[in-house]
Amino acid sequence: MRTHTTRRLLGALAMASTLALTATACGSDASDGGGSGSGGSPQDVKAALEKGGKVTVWAWEPTLKKVAEDFEKKYPKVDVELVNAGTGDKQYTALQNAMAAGSGAPDVAQVEYYALGQFTIAKSVEDLAGYGAGKYGTTFTPGPWNAVADDKAIHALPMDSGPMAFFYNKKVFDKHGIAVPTTWDEYVDAARALHKADPKVFITNDTGDAGATTSLIWQAGGRPYKTAGTDVTIDFGDEGTKKYTATWQKLLDEKLVAPISSWSDAWYKGLADGSIATLSIGAWMPANFTSGVTPASGDWRVAPLPQWTKGAKASAENGGSSLAVPKAAKNKELAYAFAEFATTGAGASSRVAEGAFPATRADLKSKAFLDTPFPYFGGQKANQIFAESAANVGSDWSYLPYQVYANSVFNDTVGKAYVSPTTLTDGLTAWQEASVKYGKDQGFTVGK
Amino acid sequence: MTSPTTTAASAASAPAAEPSASGAAPTASKRSKRSTRRKSIPHTPLNPRPSIPLTLVTGLVLVYTLLPLAWLVVNATKDQNGLLDSFGLWFAEDVHLWDNITRTLTYDDGVFVRWLLNTLLYVVAGAGGATVLAVLGGYALAKYEFPGRKAVFAVVIGAVAVPGTALAVPTFLMFSTMGLTNTPWAVIVPSLISPFGLYLMWVFAAEAVPTELLEAARIDGSGELRTFFRIALPLLMPGTVTVLLFSMVATWNNYFLPLIMIKDPDWYPLTLGLNAWNAQAQTAGGEAVFDLIITGSLLTIVPIVVVFLLLQRYWQSGLAAGSVKE
Repeated sequence: MRTHTTRRLLGALAMASTLALTATACGSDASDGGGSGSGGSPQDVKAALEKGGKVTVWAWEPTLKKVAEDFEKKYPKVDVELVNAGTGDKQYTALQNAMAAGSGAPDVAQVEYYALGQFTIAKSVEDLAGYGAGKYGTTFTPGPWNAVADDKAIHALPMDSGPMAFFYNKKVFDKHGIAVPTTWDEYVDAARALHKADPKVFITNDTGDAGATTSLIWQAGGRPYKTAGTDVTIDFGDEGTKKYTATWQKLLDEKLVAPISSWSDAWYKGLADGSIATLSIGAWMPANFTSGVTPASGDWRVAPLPQWTKGAKASAENGGSSLAVPKAAKNKELAYAFAEFATTGAGASSRVAEGAFPATRADLKSKAFLDTPFPYFGGQKANQIFAESAANVGSDWSYLPYQVYANSVFNDTVGKAYVSPTTLTDGLTAWQEASVKYGKDQGFTVGK
Repeated sequence: MTSPTTTAASAASAPAAEPSASGAAPTASKRSKRSTRRKSIPHTPLNPRPSIPLTLVTGLVLVYTLLPLAWLVVNATKDQNGLLDSFGLWFAEDVHLWDNITRTLTYDDGVFVRWLLNTLLYVVAGAGGATVLAVLGGYALAKYEFPGRKAVFAVVIGAVAVPGTALAVPTFLMFSTMGLTNTPWAVIVPSLISPFGLYLMWVFAAEAVPTELLEAARIDGSGELRTFFRIALPLLMPGTVTVLLFSMVATWNNYFLPLIMIKDPDWYPLTLGLNAWNAQAQTAGGEAVFDLIITGSLLTIVPIVVVFLLLQRYWQSGLAAGSVKE
């Protein structure tokens, strides 16, 4: 018995060491991929593509898999390594650690628009204008383009966008004979009616979500953040913010929103069984619906976002991300080539075909895109609503250069409004103070 | 002694086991009736009188322990639809177990299999290595006198008290400087050190290997290595298996160390990989794969359950060694 075990153990050891050896062999060739490092011009990019090499891409967006395959097919000498280094915050932390450690940073990184400021202000992403990104000013829709470019530099290429729309469970609304709201006042009435008709049903879920709150303030016309370089102002006392808090406070006071956090298992279950009846969220949501909320297929529909003023057509962005090239990247020319391929032209179109929501004007206007029926939404041509929303996104919005931090303390401040008698207004004031203090500590000039 | 065959033995031990019983006639006759029906086993130290409260408590603990496992097994048979719209503790209409297993193993170009192999590598190299080092070190410390032995003792006892989490950040910084983060070495090398395993082997070797036996071997002309492999090692087997089992379970379940050391999904162990799949559902455009996560979790615990069942007879005998004065 023992000799048998020993033999097996030895076999396993042999296998393990072989694995380890191949691993180190694979790992070592990461550094010898071409590319000089600094500079960069369209000619350099072309030369790098001919020379070949390896591009490491940190992204969690699923459609990039297809793009990476297509890219490798088109440029056989280039090897794209797609790495899911974490989602959202986790990836940003990993990215910053890698940059600080001076090794292990990827060539391309997926960065959400709200988080991009943090990397541009630290000058840790490459200005892509020199590589040839300057010509794309009119390729992308204004919202995403403003999020990645300013008059000084182009910090990333927009990968997708998230114009907001109103998703509602038609089955639930029909069952109780309640009209689908078109204004936020009607929304509050519908919330009351739904919850009264069936105490298990809530109009939506909310436990305090920074992204959702800022997006609705954006739609209401609020512009709490203004940044110019290192000068920042934060003001949650403007008219738009007041419109938002007045309405949302009613929902909280009357306990009309489900105390379920977005993206949790309970959230998916609530969306599936009809106990969460609506969502006001970005146009990328259909992909999450089709993969995560399968039992409710056919129940949901899409409508324009409820309005703050009857008859208006205001919208806002929620989510969306870009592809940036870190300054610490080893192979910047190839990195740029990949980012360009993935966000424009054929790459963008193939991502749209896989279910991503485009940031490119051409794709948003294409007939194929607009006429795509969504079997999940009962055959509805939902892209028409999303495209209209994209055209109506309010301008001049900006996030803080340290929005990732600000969002991380949202629940300590505004979150109190959801679990205690603190009002949303007080919560937002506390959030503002926390953001001002952190900004000052980081060396920003922060005012109100 | 467990199952007495002679009536004499049962007659002798029965009154001893229940000294408080008042030998009332009806009770006695009842007992004799039962004993004619089926062989009555007397209450001995190995078969104590049943206690209803104790049985209830252990029953509750049993349910509490097995319920998550039952939940896992039941839900691994459901697809995404079933998970979201059927009762959690019972089966959905359709059974998708086989389909789920195939999809788990093939999803994302079969990355799950890669994670499984990584985990095996970490367990074989890390836990296996830790056991080898613990056995060698424990034997040496128990059976050889050398200067500095007391100091080693103090260091080992101290090391047992330091939680692994407290060492995580210093270890990360050290490995980062050495350029070893993001490689399997970053998980294997720290796993090799098991102060508790060393201490256990030390104590075990002191008890299980009689010094006289080693003296006899030396007198017969056996070298130290030969003595160790031919005489000491077989005697150390129960302790070795115990240490192996502990370090295997610890390495198999290790989450924190790989979490801070490894960013490349190709080197994830199963714990990190499943978490990455779970995180997929938490982002815009991400694909929710709850069914695969649950099936993957079930597949992840199977090997450790098998190892436990196979090795338990060794370590059970090992744990009791020296607990009774013979």
